[in-house]
Amino acid sequence: MAEELPGAKVAAEPAGGDASPAAGQPLLRIEGVAKTFGTFRAVDGVSLDIKAGEFFALLGPSGCGKTTLLRMLAGFEAPDEGRILLGGKDIAQALPHERPINMMFQNYALFPHLSVRDNIAFGLKRARMPRADIATRVAEMVALVKLEGLEKRKPDQLSGGQRQRVALARALARRPQLLLLDEPLAALDKKLRENTQAELMELQRRLGMTFIIVTHDQEEAMTMADRIGVMKSGKLAQVASPRELYEAPRSRWIAEFVGDINLFDGESKLRDGHRLVIGTPDAGALVVAEPREAVGTGKLAVAIRPEKVKLSRRGPVNEAGRETAINTLDGVIADICYLGGTTTYKVKLDTGGMLQASVANSARLDVDAYSLNQHVVAWFTPDDCVVLQS
Amino acid sequence: MRKVSRLSRFNIASLALGLAFLYLPILILVLYSFNASRLVTVWGGWSLRWYHEFFNDRAMIEAAWMSLRVAVASATIATLLGTLAAVALSRGERFRGRTLFSGMLYAPLVMPEVITGLSLLLLFVALNAERGFWTVTIAHTTLTMCFVAVVVQSRLGSLDRSLEEAAMDLGCDPVRAFVAVTLPLIAPAIVAGWMLAFTLSLDDLVIASFTTGPGSATLPIRIYSEVRLGVKPEINAICTLVIALIAVVIVIASLASKLSSSQGESAAPL
Repeated sequence: MAEELPGAKVAAEPAGGDASPAAGQPLLRIEGVAKTFGTFRAVDGVSLDIKAGEFFALLGPSGCGKTTLLRMLAGFEAPDEGRILLGGKDIAQALPHERPINMMFQNYALFPHLSVRDNIAFGLKRARMPRADIATRVAEMVALVKLEGLEKRKPDQLSGGQRQRVALARALARRPQLLLLDEPLAALDKKLRENTQAELMELQRRLGMTFIIVTHDQEEAMTMADRIGVMKSGKLAQVASPRELYEAPRSRWIAEFVGDINLFDGESKLRDGHRLVIGTPDAGALVVAEPREAVGTGKLAVAIRPEKVKLSRRGPVNEAGRETAINTLDGVIADICYLGGTTTYKVKLDTGGMLQASVANSARLDVDAYSLNQHVVAWFTPDDCVVLQS
Repeated sequence: MRKVSRLSRFNIASLALGLAFLYLPILILVLYSFNASRLVTVWGGWSLRWYHEFFNDRAMIEAAWMSLRVAVASATIATLLGTLAAVALSRGERFRGRTLFSGMLYAPLVMPEVITGLSLLLLFVALNAERGFWTVTIAHTTLTMCFVAVVVQSRLGSLDRSLEEAAMDLGCDPVRAFVAVTLPLIAPAIVAGWMLAFTLSLDDLVIASFTTGPGSATLPIRIYSEVRLGVKPEINAICTLVIALIAVVIVIASLASKLSSSQGESAAPL
């Protein structure tokens, strides 16, 4: 955990004002926050800093505590332990209406008895904003989410996508310091979801606002977020950029949760310069680059993403390949899964294991395609492998 | 799409029989209220004579006025208390004995009216309360409050909790969130509960006869005592008016609850 800045408490400003934190200081600091329901520890000692202007995603399977954490930020649950500092001020015990934070609910929670306009104006009226200003702000919000002409409709006269926009406009109308989004796109179909993802990112960048999104969809988190916090049973398993999370997962669980991966259990055999040789029962001896963080000599796992595995009929094709592709494995194609842009082959290795390889379909004609039961050589470089503690 | 199915002869027959069983007595009563003859069982042509007679019968009019006042007062108090109980049960923190509390709230639903009436009578006697308008009103409030609570609680149960949370998130304290969001959404259920309490109070004979005092008979008590001396055609006219009033109230109540449930659909999670 970072050291407490001496000026943190002095810098505290009344909530509601645009208390932009001093440079270098995070907008939001979560310190050892925990929440227990009965005997179930939903959130278990989470510490996290979020910078102003960041798009942060909380990712995890259902029941991992990500929604509980978000609800504690919004004020619907009070943490049992720890502090939540917004701009240096502890808001852990503040009520929802006392926080300069707004939330977009998973089911949108639009007020069914109010029109689109009144839904968006709801929070502004509570803030005792003058009438004329409310009208201006509502018009601005309606334009922002492209809902012109629908102001007088009731929520049940809108499509799912339009409701989502109303919910977003309503949450943004008060210009919160922090916007929380609870599975905001879960109710939309795939195409609409992709468009909305792009729009949300564009909006966040344009407004320069800080977004925290909760999602169980790792693709969504990868696409939208600057940083991702992966949660597992109430704890933050890893906080990293999407690329780091994918290419350098910190644990076996994260490696399997984020994307597809081949895992081979084994034991460290010997060290050769910057390389390790790991003996695996399923794929024989694999040469891997030595990880930055020292790994023990005990049980290890070698992880390799399917798209890093190359296939060919007779092994590495060129000189350079032959030099770097130290790991070559013989096998037979056992399963083919055509996905359009890529094809995933399952290779039954001669050593006994299964290896997934994802190959880009870069040509329209299937000259490079392999057929079932065909003999192939799979190969990959030591740098493509990740060594994980088993 | 609604599927239109043809009714078989058996179904038509059983439907007709069932409806006749329910409504034939009422139909005969309504018909005979327009009878010109003094004899209840002999048809003597159409007439509004008995309605005229009723409106000139001071005692009967007073009883009807008493019943209306009791029904309005007890329904209003019962709606207030029942709504508060429903809110406490579905929105409040879980407190010890909550199940017992809700069980006790709903006990009057199944309690025989004779017992409710008798126990209230004993209470009023013990308190030395003067029996009349207020004792009947209090007794009817105890009877009807649980019905209001059931109606309102079921509406609250189907309401998405996140609506209140959204209101709080947008700057309302819990009380204002309730007033600005929850109350408008459960209003149809509250109206339906009031109507239900009103009709229950209007047609109650048992509890009222236990708890009322001399000179403040409600309409059902008055009718019952008249009928013991022989059925006058005037009674038919009064009953027809009461049926009409209750029918109107029930139609309004069911329209209100229909409105309430159609709003609930949009409030439900997707």
